[in-house]
Amino acid sequence: MRKITYCQALNEAIAQEMARDPTVFIYGIGVPDHKRIFGSTAGLVEKFGLERCFDTPLSEGAMTGFGIGAAINGMRPIHVHGRVDFLLLAMNQLGNMASSYCYASGGTLKVPLVIRAIIGRGWGQGFQHSKSMYSVLAHIPGLKVALPTTPRDAKGLLISAIRDDNPVIIIEHRWLYWQEGEVPEEPYVIPLGEPNILRQGADFTVVATSWMNVEALEAARVLSRRGVEVEIVDPRTISPFNERLIVESVKKTGYCIVADNDWLNCGFSAEVAARVAAACWRELKAPVARLGFAPTPCPTARHLENAFYSNAADIIRTAEGMLGLEPADLSGETFYDYEHKFKGPF
Amino acid sequence: MASTELSLALYRKLYLIRKSEELIRIHYAEDEMKTPMHMSMGSEAIAVGICHALGREDQVFGSYRSHAIYLAKTGNSDDFFAEMYGRATALLKGKGGSMHMCAPDFGFMGTSAIVAGIIPVAVGAAFASKRQGKSRVATVFFGDGAVDEGDFWESLNLACLMKLPVLFVCEDNGLAVHTPARARHGYRSLADIVARFNCRVLRSDSTDVEVIYRLARRAITAIKTAEMPCFLHLRYYRYLEHVGVNEDFNAGYRSEDEFREWYQRDPVHLQRARLLQQGIDEAKLASMEKEIDRQVESSLKMAKTAPLADASELYRCVFAE
Repeated sequence: MRKITYCQALNEAIAQEMARDPTVFIYGIGVPDHKRIFGSTAGLVEKFGLERCFDTPLSEGAMTGFGIGAAINGMRPIHVHGRVDFLLLAMNQLGNMASSYCYASGGTLKVPLVIRAIIGRGWGQGFQHSKSMYSVLAHIPGLKVALPTTPRDAKGLLISAIRDDNPVIIIEHRWLYWQEGEVPEEPYVIPLGEPNILRQGADFTVVATSWMNVEALEAARVLSRRGVEVEIVDPRTISPFNERLIVESVKKTGYCIVADNDWLNCGFSAEVAARVAAACWRELKAPVARLGFAPTPCPTARHLENAFYSNAADIIRTAEGMLGLEPADLSGETFYDYEHKFKGPF
Repeated sequence: MASTELSLALYRKLYLIRKSEELIRIHYAEDEMKTPMHMSMGSEAIAVGICHALGREDQVFGSYRSHAIYLAKTGNSDDFFAEMYGRATALLKGKGGSMHMCAPDFGFMGTSAIVAGIIPVAVGAAFASKRQGKSRVATVFFGDGAVDEGDFWESLNLACLMKLPVLFVCEDNGLAVHTPARARHGYRSLADIVARFNCRVLRSDSTDVEVIYRLARRAITAIKTAEMPCFLHLRYYRYLEHVGVNEDFNAGYRSEDEFREWYQRDPVHLQRARLLQQGIDEAKLASMEKEIDRQVESSLKMAKTAPLADASELYRCVFAE
C-alpha cells in the first residue's frame, strides 16, 4: 500500500469529505494562508474556494459558537487551531454550548462540529504553545475527543469526526505530522471509541497516547532485546473511551504503564489506571505506573524542556523497576531525534 | 394587516406573556416549579414587537431570561408550563427548565445562561442560512450585561465582517444582576460604538409594542436590503428581582419611584388603552382576555398533572441519536 505522512492523511481526509459533502467547510486562523496549517489544509482553497475554506478574526470563542450555529442549521464545519492552547479561549463555547446543545434541545438539534487542534513541542514552544488539554475536554459529557497517532488513524478518525453528528475534537501532535505510514487512498472511517493494538507482546502493557506511542515503540524495541515483549495499546479516542483491549492486555501481562502526553494530576492516565485497577485487580503484579509531563508549566530552554517531557528511556526505566530488572545501559541508544526535523519558528 | 387587527394580535401576545408570568408568581411558592425564574415582566413589548415582525421560519436565540421571547415566538403555553414543572410532556422533559427553553419547530433555537454565550451561535446560524440561500434572519436577544463579555464584540465584528443577516437585540435594563451600568461601562454610549461597525443601529426607550414592531420591521428590511446586520438598543425596566418572582425595591440598589415611572407606561396596559381608544369594545377585550386566561390555566393544570419523565431520560440526548 502507498505510504503518506500524517499531515497528508489529514489533508486527504478533509479534501475527500469536502468533495463528497457540500455542507462541509473549513475555517480558522491561517487555514488558507501560504503556510496552510503546516500543510494540512494545502490545496483546499484552490479546490473549494474561499466560500468553503476561509480565514477568520482572532476570535476563538465566537468562532467556535459560529461553528455551533452553522452546525445546528445543517452545515458540517471544521474549525482549526494551530495550537491546543488557543482552545482555552473557546472553553465557554465548548464546555457550556457545544457539549449541551443536543441535550438542551431534547435531541432535536445536532452539532456536527469538528475542532482540530495541534499540540506543539520543541524549539521553544514554551508554556502557552505546548498544552495537550484533552483530559479537560474529555471530562465534559457531550464532547468526543480523539488523538490520532498513525497516518492511517489520522485519516480514518478525521473522516469519522466529520461524519459524526456531535462535536468532535481532534488533537494532533505536531511531531506526528512527519510520520509516514500506509494509508488507503479511498475514504474510510475508524470508528470513534475503538482502541488499537500498535504492537503485540505478552509480557508488559504500555497504554500510550498521541506522541507517547512513538516513545513507547522505541522503549519496546530496547526491552525486546532483554526478552520483554511489550504490548502497546493506543486508545485513539479518549471520549468515548473503550477500555476493553487495555483490560484484556493487562489481564494477559499483569503489568501496565500509562504513558500520557499530558500532565498526570486528574488526567487521562488516572482514568486508565483506575479502570485497569478495577478490572485487573487479581492479575496485576505491580501497581499501574503513570508517566507524563512534569507538574510545571512547559519551559522554553531545551535542557529544561527535556526534563519536562517523559520519553522512551523513562518507560524503559519504569518497566525495569516494575519487573525487578537491572537498569540496562542506554548510552548507545539513539532514540527519536526530532531536532533534525523540527526547526523553528514553526 | 388592518391596524386594529394588528393591534389586537400584538395585545394577545402581550397578555399571554403577562398572564403566564402572573400564574408563575402565584404558584411558584408551591415549590413544584423547581427552576430559577428570571422573569420577563416589563420587557414584553420588546419580545412581542420583534417576534411579531419575524416570520415563523426566522430563528430566535435568547438568554436565561426568555419567557417573553419564547411565548411571543411559539405561543405554546402548554410546553412552556410542562417544562417549568419538569414534565415528560415537554420537549426537553424538564432538562432545561426556565433558563433553557427551546422550540426549534417554532424557530426558537435555544438559550444560554452564560449571558453572551448564545450570540455567536446566532451568527453561525445566520451564516448557514445565507449559505443555503434562505432569506431568514437570525435574531438574538441579550441583556446589557452580555455586552460586557467578549463573545458579544467578537460576534458583532464577525457578523459585520461577513455581512450576515443577524438582528442583535440588546434588552437594556441597566442592570447586570444588581450591578448598574455605571459600575460596568467605561464608555458613554453603547449604540454609538456599535454604529462605528458596519452595522445599522436603531434605538428606543419605548414600551409601546407598536413602536417596537415598526422598528423591528425597519431593521429586518435594512438587514435584507443593505445586507448587513442590525443592532437594536432597547431600554426597559425589569419589574422583579434578578432571579425569583418577587419585587426587591427594599434591597436598596434601585428605587421604587423608578419602577412607578416606568409602570405608568406598562407595555400591556398601553396596548390595552390603545385598543379601547381605537373603539374596541371593552367586553370584547375582556372576553379575549378570558379566553387566554383559560388557555394558560389549562396549560398549567395539564403540566401539574402530567407524568414525570422516566429516570432513564437522564442519559438521553447527550449525543445525537
